[in-house]
Amino acid sequence: MNAPVQKMPVDLERQRAVCSALRAFMPAQNVLFEREDVTPYECDGLSAYRQVPMVVALPENEEQVCAILEACHQMRVPVTARGAGTGLSGGALPLGNGVLLSLAKLMKIVAIDPLARCARVQPGVRNAAISEAVAALGLYYAPDPSSQIACSIGGNVAENSGGVHCLKYGLTVHNILKIRVATIEGEIIELGGGGLDAAGYDLLALMTGSEGLLGVVTEITVKLLPRPECAQVVLAAFDDVGRAGQAVANVIAAGIIPAGMEMMDQPATMAVEPFVKAGYPTDAAGILLCESDGTREEVTEEIARIEKIMSDSGAHLVRVSQDEAERLRFWAGRKAAFPAVGRLSPDYYCMDGTIPRKRLAEVLRGITEMEKKYELRCANVFHAGDGNLHPLILYDANDASQLQRAEDFGAEILKLCIDVGGTITGEHGVGVEKIDSMCVQFRTAELETFHALKHAFDEHGLLNPGKAVPTLQRCAEFGRMHVHAGQEKFPELPRF
Amino acid sequence: MQDFIQQLSDTIRAAADARRALAIHGSGSKAFYGHAVKGEALVVTGHRGIISYEPTELVITARAGTPLAEIESVMREQGQMLGFEPPQFAGGGTLGGCIAAGLSGPRRAAAGSARDFVLGLRLLDGRGTDLVFGGQVMKNVAGYDVSRLITGSLGTLGVILEVSLKALPLPPAELTLVQEHSQADALHLMNTWAGKPWPITATCHAGGRLYLRLAGARAAVKAAAATLGGETLNTAETFWRDLRDQRHAFFAGDAPLWRLSLRSTTPELELPGAQLIEWGGALRWLRADVDAMSVRKAARGGEGHATLFRGGKPGTAVFHPLPAALMKLHRRVKLAMDPAGILNPGRMYPEL
Repeated sequence: MNAPVQKMPVDLERQRAVCSALRAFMPAQNVLFEREDVTPYECDGLSAYRQVPMVVALPENEEQVCAILEACHQMRVPVTARGAGTGLSGGALPLGNGVLLSLAKLMKIVAIDPLARCARVQPGVRNAAISEAVAALGLYYAPDPSSQIACSIGGNVAENSGGVHCLKYGLTVHNILKIRVATIEGEIIELGGGGLDAAGYDLLALMTGSEGLLGVVTEITVKLLPRPECAQVVLAAFDDVGRAGQAVANVIAAGIIPAGMEMMDQPATMAVEPFVKAGYPTDAAGILLCESDGTREEVTEEIARIEKIMSDSGAHLVRVSQDEAERLRFWAGRKAAFPAVGRLSPDYYCMDGTIPRKRLAEVLRGITEMEKKYELRCANVFHAGDGNLHPLILYDANDASQLQRAEDFGAEILKLCIDVGGTITGEHGVGVEKIDSMCVQFRTAELETFHALKHAFDEHGLLNPGKAVPTLQRCAEFGRMHVHAGQEKFPELPRF
Repeated sequence: MQDFIQQLSDTIRAAADARRALAIHGSGSKAFYGHAVKGEALVVTGHRGIISYEPTELVITARAGTPLAEIESVMREQGQMLGFEPPQFAGGGTLGGCIAAGLSGPRRAAAGSARDFVLGLRLLDGRGTDLVFGGQVMKNVAGYDVSRLITGSLGTLGVILEVSLKALPLPPAELTLVQEHSQADALHLMNTWAGKPWPITATCHAGGRLYLRLAGARAAVKAAAATLGGETLNTAETFWRDLRDQRHAFFAGDAPLWRLSLRSTTPELELPGAQLIEWGGALRWLRADVDAMSVRKAARGGEGHATLFRGGKPGTAVFHPLPAALMKLHRRVKLAMDPAGILNPGRMYPEL
C-alpha cells in the first residue's frame, strides 16, 4: 500500500469525445460520466485508494466489449476492466483519464455440460453462483476465494484467485479449460480448448493472473469436479506456533494432502471466538484446522492418521468434527477471521505473502518484532498447507501516522517474505498496492521481460496501466528512496 | 555450474548477434517430436543435478539436464512422485526436455499437467539473459506467469536452466481393474465415473479393454474396486509405465502416430486405423496413414487439436495450425523472448 495515486482533473472535452464514441454502439444509459454515476466505481476492495474514472462503460455482450476496446485503442484511452470490485490490491482502481470497463452485466451461465464436467460462463458470473448452478448434478467449481459469494469469475481469472482448498485442488489456472479474450485492438482470440491442452504457447496460463494488463476475458469455460462424498475436519491447538508449523510438515511428510489446512494465531482466535463461537480454545498460541475429503472410507482412514499426527506433534487439544454442523462451525471461525479482526480496530490492512512453510516460526517472530517497532497490533491467519500468510495489521486510518506505519509495516513483512524465499503475493495480486515491492522481488532483467510481454499484447500500454508491473524508472526512484528511510520524501508528487 | 551458464549465455549472445540459429539438445529422447531444427547444436545435458529437494515442502528443484529417471528414483525414496507422470521415451529424458515439451502421462486427467506442477524456473532468453520466474512456493501471483508460458514452448522462447516442481505423495494403495467394453461404452463410462468422487487416477481403452487405475487410501481403493468391478490386473505397474513411455504394443511399428486432444465426451472418431484412449476420453491416439486434413477436421469437431506425434509424411505440419489472430500474437510473444529468432526456430511452427 505504498503507491501514491495521482488525482487528475477530468478533461471534459476528452470525456465528451469518448462518451459519444461509445454511445454510437451502446445505449446511453450504459455509458456513465456524471460524477454521482461514476463515483461508485472509484475503488475496489482496497478502499484506501480512490480515483473517480473519466467514463464508466457497462457493455451487455462481447461485441460491445470489443467495440469499446477498439474505440479506446483508436483514441488512445486507457482501459481498466472490473469484475465485482472485490479485489484487495487495487487492480481495478480506475484512471482519471480512462474508461472503467465493468463486466458486471455479462452474468449469464451460457452452458453446462454435466457429462464433460464443464460450464461456459460469462465473466460477471459470481464464483459461488457456478457451484450453486451445478450442485444438483453433484458437481462444483473448486477454487473458493473468501469473497466467493460476491467475486466474479472474470476477476478470478485476472487475479488467478485461490482459496482454502488450493493445495489439493489448485488455483484458478488449474481449473479453467478455455477463455475467450478481447485484445486491446478489439479482436477475439480463444485460448485453451475443449480438451486438456491446446496447440501453441500456453497463453491461457500467461493470461491467468495478468491483472487485466494483457486482454479482457469475455467468456470462461471452467472445469467442474465431483462433489466429495463427505468431509471432516480436525481442530488442533498448540501452545507454540513453531510446533503447529511442524505439525503441518508432519502431515505432509506422512503423504497426506489435506483438502484444507489453515492456521490462526492467538490474536486471530481471540478476535474470532467471541464473535462466532466456533469452539476455538483461545488460550492456545495457535490452532490448526486440517480437513480431509473424499469417499467415506478415504476420509475415515485419513482423519484417524491426521488425529494421531497432531497428538504426536504436541497438540494439547485435538478435536474431530462429529457432524456436518460442527465441521461448518469450525470453518465459520476461519472464514469470519477478517470481519472479526475488523471489529477490534477501525481499520485493518490485509497482507498476502507466501513463504516456504518451514520458515513460518521465524517469520511470525519477525512480525512480532515489527509490532513493537511500528506500535501496531497484527493478527495472523495462514493457509498453512501452501504457505500463504495473511497478516492483518490493525490501525486507524483517521490517524495519518498510523496509516503510514501500517504501510511501512506491510512493506517490511513483504520484504521478509522475499528474504526467506517467498513472494509478495500469493493470491491477491500486485495491483497498485504492492507495485513498489515488485522492485524488491524482481531484478531489472525480469521486469524488462514483463514489459516486453506486455508490449506484445498491448503496444500502446492502454490496458490497466500503472498496475502489476512497475516501470524501471519507478523502481530506480523507489530504490533510492528505500535506501533513505523506507519513506517517500515527497508523497504529494505523482509517481508513475 | 555458473561457468557453464556463462558459456551458454555467451554462445546465445554471439548467435543472436550473428542471427545464427541454435538447436537445443537434451538427451534426445524426444528428437522425433516436432520439426527438425536447422542450426548449430546447443548441448545442455551437462547442466545437471538436483539443487534442493524438501519432501515436507512438496518442492523439488533441479537443473535442466538432470535425467527424469534420477528425479523419479530420488523422489520415490521419499515416498513422493511427479504428479503428472511424465513420459521417459526410450528410457531417457531430462527435466528440461520434459518441461520444454510439456508432455504429461496417464495421471494427467486426475492430477494435472506438466505446466500445472511448474512452480518456477530459470532460463536464458534469446539474448542470453539469465532470468528467474516464479519460485519454490505453491502460490505466487507476482508478475506474469512466465514459467508456465515456457512450459511446452519447445525451446523456442528460452533455454531452461532450472525448474522447481510441486511434488505429490505416492498413494498408499493402487489397483488396476480391467473390463471388456466397446469404445463407445468405454467413453460413456469414463466420463460418468469422472463425475463421481471415485479415486480414479488413470484410464485407458485399448483393444476392447478398459483399464482403470484406482489409488488412495487402502480402504477407499478396495471399496471402489468392489463397486466398479472387473478383473484385477497383476502387471499394473508395467502396464501404466509402458503406456506412459509408449512401449505398449499399440505404439509399435511405423504407422504414423497422431495425438488428438479433445473434449472428453467426443464420440468415437470416424477415422481409419487403430485408436487408443487415455485421460478419460480427452486424449486419443491414432495409428493411421491418413491425410492431415481429415485428422484436423476430426480434432476441430471435438473442440481440440491434433499433433502428428511421430512419423508421417515429410512436410506435414506437426502441430495444429493456429488462427491468424492467435499466430500474430504468438509471433509477438516469440519476439519478446527471442528477438533475433535464433532459439529452435521452426521446431513448433515455421513462424516461430
